[in-house]
This record gives sequence, structure tokens and C-alpha cells, in this order.
Amino acid sequence: MSRVRLVPILAVSVMVVTACGGSGGDGAGSSADAGITIFNTEPENPLVPGNTTEVGGSRILDAMFTGLVGYNADTAQPENAMAESIETTDSKLFTIKLKPDWKFHDGTPVTAKSYVDAWNWTAYGPNATQGATFFSQIEGYADVHPEDPDGADGPQQAPTPTTETMSGLKVVDDSTFTVTLTEAFSVFPVTIGYEVFSPLPEAFFKDQKAFEDAPIGNGPFKFVSRQVGAEVKLTRYDDYEGDDKPKIKDVTLKVYQSRESAYADLVANSLDFMEELPPNALAGKKYEGDLGERVLQKETLNNQTIAFPFYLPPYDNVDLRRAISMSINREEITQLIFEGSRVPADGWVHPLTEGYTPNQCGEYCEYNPTKAKELLAKSGYTGPLLLLSNTDGGHQEWAEAVANSIKNALGLDVRFTPSTSFGEFRQKVNAHEMTGMYRAGWIADYPSIENWLTPNYRTGSSSNDGLYSNPAVDAKLAEADKAADADEAITLYQEAEKLIAADMPSVPLWTQNTIGGRSDRLTAAKIDPFRALDLASVEVG
Amino acid sequence: MGRYVLRRLLQMVPVFLGTTFLIYALVWAVPGDPFEGKCGERDCPESYVSAMREKFNLDDPLLVQYGKYLLNLVRGDFGETSSGVEVADRIADTFPVTLQLALVALLIEAVIGIAAGVVSGLRGRGFLDSLVLVSTLFLISIPVFVTGYVVQLVFGLQLGWIAPTVGSSPSFGDLLVPGFVLASLSMAYVARLTRASIAENRRADYVRTALAKGLPDKRVVGVHLLRNSLIPVITFLGTDLGAFLGGAIVTEGIFNVPGIGGLVFRSILTKDGAMVTGLVTLLVLVYLLMTLLVDLLYAVLDPRIRYD
Repeated sequence: MSRVRLVPILAVSVMVVTACGGSGGDGAGSSADAGITIFNTEPENPLVPGNTTEVGGSRILDAMFTGLVGYNADTAQPENAMAESIETTDSKLFTIKLKPDWKFHDGTPVTAKSYVDAWNWTAYGPNATQGATFFSQIEGYADVHPEDPDGADGPQQAPTPTTETMSGLKVVDDSTFTVTLTEAFSVFPVTIGYEVFSPLPEAFFKDQKAFEDAPIGNGPFKFVSRQVGAEVKLTRYDDYEGDDKPKIKDVTLKVYQSRESAYADLVANSLDFMEELPPNALAGKKYEGDLGERVLQKETLNNQTIAFPFYLPPYDNVDLRRAISMSINREEITQLIFEGSRVPADGWVHPLTEGYTPNQCGEYCEYNPTKAKELLAKSGYTGPLLLLSNTDGGHQEWAEAVANSIKNALGLDVRFTPSTSFGEFRQKVNAHEMTGMYRAGWIADYPSIENWLTPNYRTGSSSNDGLYSNPAVDAKLAEADKAADADEAITLYQEAEKLIAADMPSVPLWTQNTIGGRSDRLTAAKIDPFRALDLASVEVG
Repeated sequence: MGRYVLRRLLQMVPVFLGTTFLIYALVWAVPGDPFEGKCGERDCPESYVSAMREKFNLDDPLLVQYGKYLLNLVRGDFGETSSGVEVADRIADTFPVTLQLALVALLIEAVIGIAAGVVSGLRGRGFLDSLVLVSTLFLISIPVFVTGYVVQLVFGLQLGWIAPTVGSSPSFGDLLVPGFVLASLSMAYVARLTRASIAENRRADYVRTALAKGLPDKRVVGVHLLRNSLIPVITFLGTDLGAFLGGAIVTEGIFNVPGIGGLVFRSILTKDGAMVTGLVTLLVLVYLLMTLLVDLLYAVLDPRIRYD
């Protein structure tokens, strides 16, 4: 029998671990060969542009691909990137010419075919991509992406498409292709800056699995390596032809389990950039003490609204909707709850968008309890009101404040009804099962006045969940879509917003500023209006 | 002994089936469509949702789904997540990190906990005893996330002695601080458990006999007293290793350790059923094996315990 001798030891362990901070403090490098580490979340999808619509994957692919159009990092205005010109006479047939000499990271040229093949692949139903619906305006989409007869949840399968290519896409020569839309759509050139419209190299069609493991793009940065769940490394592509050439060399997109842990690294200068600080840093403006001049702020293209279920009385009453809007003290709530990082909204179009008209909502978006009471009396409603929202993502506090504001101003019984998860909440919204007014918001897919109006307020549109419908608005939006030039289109969209304002289909609450931070090492860094780091602006001191 | 082990191993089969079925059923029964909110503010295209439902057999009855899943599992195929990543690969990446963290924590817990327990149990009512009682009470009463954040804030940010988070492939040294935080709560329990056990056995007949025989104190305590007193402690430590493996979610989150905890947490949030079931299956196996190991250790510590 073995003898085990266990002698008690008084262990006083002093744990001073000076692990390397990881900030590579040699400081000698100028920007040209510097590497930075930025915050990321784990990509939820394989790394293919047409199949990535969530943030974690987009941050990687945005750096690796440059599409036909890019958006200005300050103003969000669209600018030609790979496109030499996009021409149309009727807003239905577009001729797109590419700039010469562009190459993918594997050395193969980017041609008109790279775009056409990529778009066809993404739209093709059986490929089951997340971005397919973005191509629905192109002629022939219905042939490559037939509708499932009983919806995605039903037992029947969607029929196999008769063809793999959309009839609306035609390669003219190596650097020219044409796009024909089913209906005239004047804003089309603005929409194609979204990353699902990126070109794909030959290599993708030969071996998709290999591409997903090591994507090949045409953008300023090329792929180096990926450690799933931990990080993705990119490095500068020296033969990049675009104007947004980076000044730094390497970028590591590091996956964090939580924003709080990333924030700790940011404060300690071992993380170089994070575009949105966690709630514990925002509370009481703690970040100002922690980061000082390293705080970055930027107005971003999203807004918060309260939407109404038009299928449920009394919310279909315009006077009641106006009364609700006038009883919300936006100024006070944005100051008290968001410490001023939200800006009260005065219309349905975001101020950063071309075509924004100040004060479209007029007096109905101003806090005026007296007028609100008059409108309430006019509507004849005296019962209770419900405000629904999901509570994940920090929506509980403001939703309670808004409910209270309405309650105090109108003297009605207003209750806040929480849902615990966004998924569950969205499911009820989609199924039109809302029992009261509810939280809504919009993040622009592309910076156009059209994107703030059509998806939300046109009859039957993708995100018109409240089933708002006004034939005059629909007609005006359709007219704007058909406009021959951009200026005319904008004027018509503005008229549509005026018509929408009269109906108050949703209550605009506020638009958002994102508050991020950078490390000491970065001497310049900008957040763009889409809440991402503008990599071209980064300089290391 | 061999028959006992075999019997225990066979008993694992129904436990394994029961737990995996429960987990599988629960994961897919969570309210909310798993593909809702996956495509940003827009709804996912129908073709995408259909393809995913097909991939995870969501259109079959629950029992058939589970059957298909189990069949693959028995063949060693953990399946793929909706992002096309092999679940088995992710487990192979993250499990060693968490195991490392759990072992560091277990070591800290055992060494400090048992030492403190023995010292205070032997003295009784002295200054050291009170010190141990008060400090363990203190540790027990603060939740792990508070300990974690305070350690990170004080030593990481204010004093700058440690990096606030660990890197992508942490070494044992990197894991000392998170390991300490993870172990802190159980360490207090181990100390108290050891103390009670020692204090009780100190007056036992066999200790008196050993002392009467004239054995040196060191030997009486180290071999006779400690061996008997450690039985409840070993039980606790064994199941604790299982708990560390599955319950490191908070600690791994604070120190950004790329281990199982964060993976479980994220997979639950993104409703990645394949990943959650795979991970939990693995954790169930670890638990079962640990309890078996603990039961076998009893015989080593106390030869009177037989398995027949």
C-alpha cells in the first residue's frame, strides 16, 4: 500500500503576473508599418459578402472588399469607388463602367463578369444567402429566387429555379455591364454600396469552402489568418487601386466575449479601437474620466420610433397618435437617460441624409401637454394604452420613461409591457400580434432619403409591420422612384414625407450618436456614419 | 472493483440519454424563431430560413430530430453551426483552455483551501481560526462577478500589475488571475469543510491512539487525521471541477478567456442549438466521469470502503 504524505503547506501565493500588454510599445514604427487591434464580435456566417448581413462579419468583409460605390466617412454621401460611371436615362436601365486595372488579392482582374456572377450567385434561391432580397428589384429575380408557396416554416419546398442567371444583368465587355430593373428606381445607384453587392473572384466559384476559410477580396486589406472565436488578421494590400488607401499596415479584429472586457483593454491601451462603449462606461459619463480626449463621437444613421399597429383600435386614430407624440418630452428623456447621446428627432428622415428637411414633423413632435390633451379629447379615447418593447439591448429605461411621460401628460393609464428577447419580440411584430404601440427603429441600409420612407411606410413594404397604408403616399413614392434624376427624386420623396407627417404612422423619438474610444497610440481615427471605424483615416503616432 | 466500474459506466448510458434529450428539447423550445434577427433589422430571406430549417431538421417531430442528432453524435459527428463551423473543431479549440483554467482554479482552491482549513481546524478559537472564518465569510458573500471586476479594476487598470484581459492563446501564467477569481468562492467552502472535518476528527479515538503511540505530530496530522478528513473535501473538489468547466461563463467573460464558458453563453444567445447541445453533452460526460473518479478515490483514502 502506497503511503500518501500530505503535508499542509501554508501557501501564500503572490500573483503578480506582468503579462505583456500586447500594445507592442516599441513606438518606433511610423504609421506605414504599424498594426492595430480593433474590437469585433464573432461572425455569425461564413465569410462571403452576399451571405453576411450581421456586424461581426461585416467589419471584416468591409475592409476586404470595395464595391462600385462607397459612402463618405463624414457625410455618408455616396461616391463612386470601383465604378467609373453609372448612367441611366429612365432610372430603369443602368449602364455601369468599371475603373481599369483593379485586381483581386489573388492577382486576377476584377471585371464586369466578377460583379454579374457574384450578384447572380447571391440572388440564386438554392444558395440560401442572407442577402438575396437586396437583388429583388433586378429583372429576372423571381426566376432565380421563386417564392416558397407556404412560407419558410411550411412543409413545402420552394420550387427549383428555372435559370441561374437574372435576365436583367448583362456583361457588355470586360469593364462594362448593364442592369435592368423590374420597375424604375432612381435611388438604385446609392443602394449598391452595400457589401452584398461586392464582386467575387473566379476562385470563389471553383472552391467555395476554400474561399470561406480564406476570403479573397479587392479592397484595401487582404486576409491573413483567422482563429475562430478569437481573432482575424488582415494586412494592407499594396496594389490597391482605390482612393481610400490605408496609412497603417496590419489590422487585427479581436473577438471579445463582452463589451465590458473590451472596454477594460481599451482603457489600458491594449485595444486600439472600439466603436461603441458598454453601458457601464456610459453610465454617469464614466468614460470621460477613463478616456479623456480618447473619446470619439459620431452621429450615426439610425433612429428610434414608436410604431403603431394599424390593425388594432384605437391606434388607428390619427388624433390619438398625435396626442401621444405631443405628450413625450424628448428633450428631457434624451438628457436624463442618454446623457445627451441621443438627439430629439423632428421628422422621419435622418438629418445625415441628403434631402433631409428640418422640422417635417412640425408642432406634433414638440412637447405640449395642453395641446396633447385637446387632441386626446378630439379622439374620444379614454381607455388604457400599452407600450411594448424588448428589454435586451437597453431599451427598458427609456421605454418606461416614455410611458410615464405620456401617462403624466394625458392622464391615461399607460403601461410598459416588456418582452425579454429581441427575437421573440420581432416574431410577434411580424405576425401582427401586437397588443399596443411598440418600439421600432431603423438603421439605414444605404444613405438615401428613400430608405427611410419606402421600407417602413409604403403599403406592403418589408418593414411596414404596423400595416400602415395610404394610397397617396404609395403613389408619391412610386413617382419618386421613377424620377429621371436624383434632384427631382429627392423633391418627390420630400413631398412623400410631408404626406406621411400628416398621418403620423409612427412617432419619431430621436436619432443616435455613437460614443466610442481609441487608444493612446492612434493619433487619428474616425467613426463613420455606419458605426464602423474608417480604416483609411487611422494614423499611429 | 472492475465490476463496479463497469456497472457505473453502464449507468451512464441512461443518464447521458436523458440529459442530452432534455437539453436538445429545451434549446429548440426556447421561444422565438432561431432565425429571427439573424439578418439585422430586415427579415431573413425565405430561402435562407428554409435551408437552415432543413439543415437542423426543424420540420421533423422533436423525437425524430433528436434521433437524427444522436445518431450523428454516436458516429462522432457533433454537427455544424449555422455559420458552417464544425462544432467539434470549436470544442477542440476551446475545451483545452477551459480545462487549463479549471485546473489552475482547482489547484489554487485545493492548496489554499485545505491549508487554511487545516490550520484553523487544528488551532480552534485562536486568531488564525477567526481570520479564516472571517475571510471565508467575506469571500462567500461576494458574487464572482464582483470579485472579477474588482480584481480587474484594481490590479489591471489602476495598479497596472496585470493585463486586464488574457490573450487569444493564454498560457498558465495568464490564467492565474482568472483562476484565482474562479476559485475564490469554492476556496472558502473547501476551507470551511476541511476545518469542520479536522476539528471533528481531532478528538477521534484513532488520533488519540496514534498520539499515544508516540508518533510525531506531523505524521499524525498528515497521514492519520488528514486522510480521513479529506473524504468530504474530495467529493466537493471533484464535482467542483465539473462546475468550473461549465460555470466559468462569468469569469471567462470578464477576462476574455477564449474558453467553453463564453462559447456556451454566445451560443445560447444566438440560439445555436447544435453548439449548445454538443457542449452540454461534453460537460455531462465530464461530470459523470468526475463523480466516478471521486467515488473511486474514497477507497484510496479509506480502505474500509469496498465496492461489491
